[in-house]
Amino acid sequence: MLLSECQPGQGGVVTRTAGDGPIGQRLLEMGLIEGARIQVIRVAPLGDPIEIKVGGYALSLRRSEAAGVEIQP
Amino acid sequence: MSSTTQARVRRVALIGNPNTGKTTLFNALTGLSQRVGNYPGVTVEKKVGRMSEGVEVLDLPGTYSLAAHSPDEMVAVRVLLGEQDGEPRPDLVVVIVDASNLERNLYLVTQVMEVGRPVVVALNMTDMAAKAGMSVDPAGLSRSLGIPVVPLVAARGEGIEDLRAAIQSHLDAAPAQPAWTFPEPFAREVEGLERELGQERCMALRALVDAGGTVELDLVASRGEKARQALSEARERLRVSGKVPAAYEAQARYGWIAQAVAPHVSRRAVGASLTDRLDRVLTHRLAGSLVFLALMTAVFMLIFEWAGPVMDWIDGGFGTLGEAVSGAFADTRWAGGALESLLVDGIVAGVGGVLIFLPQIVFLFLFIALLEDCGYMARAAFLMDRVLRFCGLSGHSFIPLMSSFACAIPGVMSARTISNSRDRLVTILVAPLMSCSARIPVYALMAVAFVPDLRVGGVLSLQGLVFTGMYFLGIVTAIGAAFLFKHTILKGPTPPFVMELPPYQRPRLRNIGLRVWDAVRAFVIRAGTIILAISVVIWALSYYPRGEDLREQFQAEREALEARELSEDDRTAELEALDRRERGALARQSWFGRIGHALEPAFKPLGWDWRIGMAALASFPAREVIVATLGIIYDVGDDVDVDDEESRKPLIERMQASEWPDGKRVFNLPVALSIMVFFALCCQCGATVATIKRETNSWKWAGFTFFYMTALAYLASFVTYQVGRLWL
Repeated sequence: MLLSECQPGQGGVVTRTAGDGPIGQRLLEMGLIEGARIQVIRVAPLGDPIEIKVGGYALSLRRSEAAGVEIQP
Repeated sequence: MSSTTQARVRRVALIGNPNTGKTTLFNALTGLSQRVGNYPGVTVEKKVGRMSEGVEVLDLPGTYSLAAHSPDEMVAVRVLLGEQDGEPRPDLVVVIVDASNLERNLYLVTQVMEVGRPVVVALNMTDMAAKAGMSVDPAGLSRSLGIPVVPLVAARGEGIEDLRAAIQSHLDAAPAQPAWTFPEPFAREVEGLERELGQERCMALRALVDAGGTVELDLVASRGEKARQALSEARERLRVSGKVPAAYEAQARYGWIAQAVAPHVSRRAVGASLTDRLDRVLTHRLAGSLVFLALMTAVFMLIFEWAGPVMDWIDGGFGTLGEAVSGAFADTRWAGGALESLLVDGIVAGVGGVLIFLPQIVFLFLFIALLEDCGYMARAAFLMDRVLRFCGLSGHSFIPLMSSFACAIPGVMSARTISNSRDRLVTILVAPLMSCSARIPVYALMAVAFVPDLRVGGVLSLQGLVFTGMYFLGIVTAIGAAFLFKHTILKGPTPPFVMELPPYQRPRLRNIGLRVWDAVRAFVIRAGTIILAISVVIWALSYYPRGEDLREQFQAEREALEARELSEDDRTAELEALDRRERGALARQSWFGRIGHALEPAFKPLGWDWRIGMAALASFPAREVIVATLGIIYDVGDDVDVDDEESRKPLIERMQASEWPDGKRVFNLPVALSIMVFFALCCQCGATVATIKRETNSWKWAGFTFFYMTALAYLASFVTYQVGRLWL
């Protein structure tokens, strides 16, 4: 499933990150690489962006950006 | 005997991820010996400080990676590669690393180790790591990386001396040697490009991975289309192999980091951290929004209300100073002359006009530095991102725009916290559209004088509604303008909003103090000099020409008055009225008055006569002078207090009675609205223009803001008057 579709508490292992363009590249650099464990922590009051835990730290990203990340729950 | 072999100043570059305490470390290494400037052609701030005899430290912008897509990252990469004009290639690079977030921070370390310089790792926040249940063995990490690793707690000054020693002893060390390798076919493509383009390996790698980035653009500029073609062919070959170049790079680095770090880090389970517990409230849908609103209200109160009394002292202080200067001139042969007026109305008033903004700047930056240092700023951006996205901006723009309601100057300056330069520029361009506190007197005067004192639906005051309407006009226009700029002149890919939410920490007083000091210094020195120059020019336009016959005429009247039989009180009153008329007559025939007359045809479509036009023109340096200017033009003196009914009454009566030559009244509701709309949208603030110049490092954007806002104001007040005339 796509990271953008996850609800708080859901998560899994990254299976693919579309690395095209600066946004995809930034996601890879921030540690959203194949095999990384991630979890959605919470969602901003207006439904977007989302906060996830990756590699032991908290990362905020927009749903549109999270749509480039596929995970295996 | 003079030495001809003067030692070259050695240069150390400091780089690191955002939120790693880089500024704290820089301050600790260099103390107050910092020089702040800009890199040529970009709005990136450049900070250099002296660490020891003959050793300087350059603070590079915070960055997660050397992939250069933003101007900040671009500068960092160019400096490290020795490609930045006017910057020597650093002798050594210090990478500051957050020990509690080691893997991601080491990503940048591995990139920096490839640039061919000696590298020292400053392992910061070891205390925070310990709290999070992590302990890092610096010696082991150093062995794995092959470079020195110095543990620090920069906020408490621990380990700084060790770092200094490590820097000194490694200035002439051999370049760092990467121990990792990249997988095929990626490594083969990098080597191929290295040969084909004649570049160092790290340049070839950056050019290949960062499509459209700085290194590629620089290469294409110097090597031509051949380079571009070689790069796109290499990328295509990799794509066919199944992965984009960025994925090869990230996986190789993180893979190596994981196995290099594992033996030297021990983790033990700890309960929910303070940050987790705080965030449960502070980013909670309801509670988080409420806390945020409360905080913003507090900021608003701070810069809007609490700065007021301090501003009044400054205003009063400069008033007293002006009087003292006038007093010193009394009974000398220069009394009442041009020199006195230049000093009092030009220079003293001009310096006062600069310093008056300091309380707001100090309060806002105190607040911003506090929020940023403790880690809340990232949460504010997280909460507000959705709100600002529909005009093409991100959550980072919220605080600059919000604080512009008090004053655009601290607002524009606080846009420094926006890392994306395009977003930052758009924010700066639209911030002055927010109705600042200086517009209130105009709105109040016009609303009280010309908007009927009615209640809409028996409750809402019509005057209050018009007042609120002006605020909304500013907001709506700013949203529209931001949207337009983001889709035209500042078009570009949406920048990532991929941002770390750093752990909360205790704010450090020294950082906050330096931050406020930076802002104050920047405003007073860089913007202040421009504002002062503008003040003197404006003074000259409203002072000259003096018209000797006019003065003689008033002198004659004054003498006639002295000769008349009057009580002392009546005489004083008559003399004061005469003074006011003289000021009015002199103002009306000054250059401003003449320009107002000459431009009356241009003001007429807005419903304005030349007096209103002149007052609006004279308000370009600072809009709040409009009330005083109207006071002078209408012969009631410049000391009008809009909030005081007695004080404003004479001015309002004169304005209401003001007539066109054909006997029609000048002021009515459409005219008043047209004036209010003009003041709501026009860029009538020399200090803001000067601040934009300083913050964008270019007259182009300052000029652009001035012209687009002025044109917009003219157009909007034209429409307001013409439509209002039909309906009202």
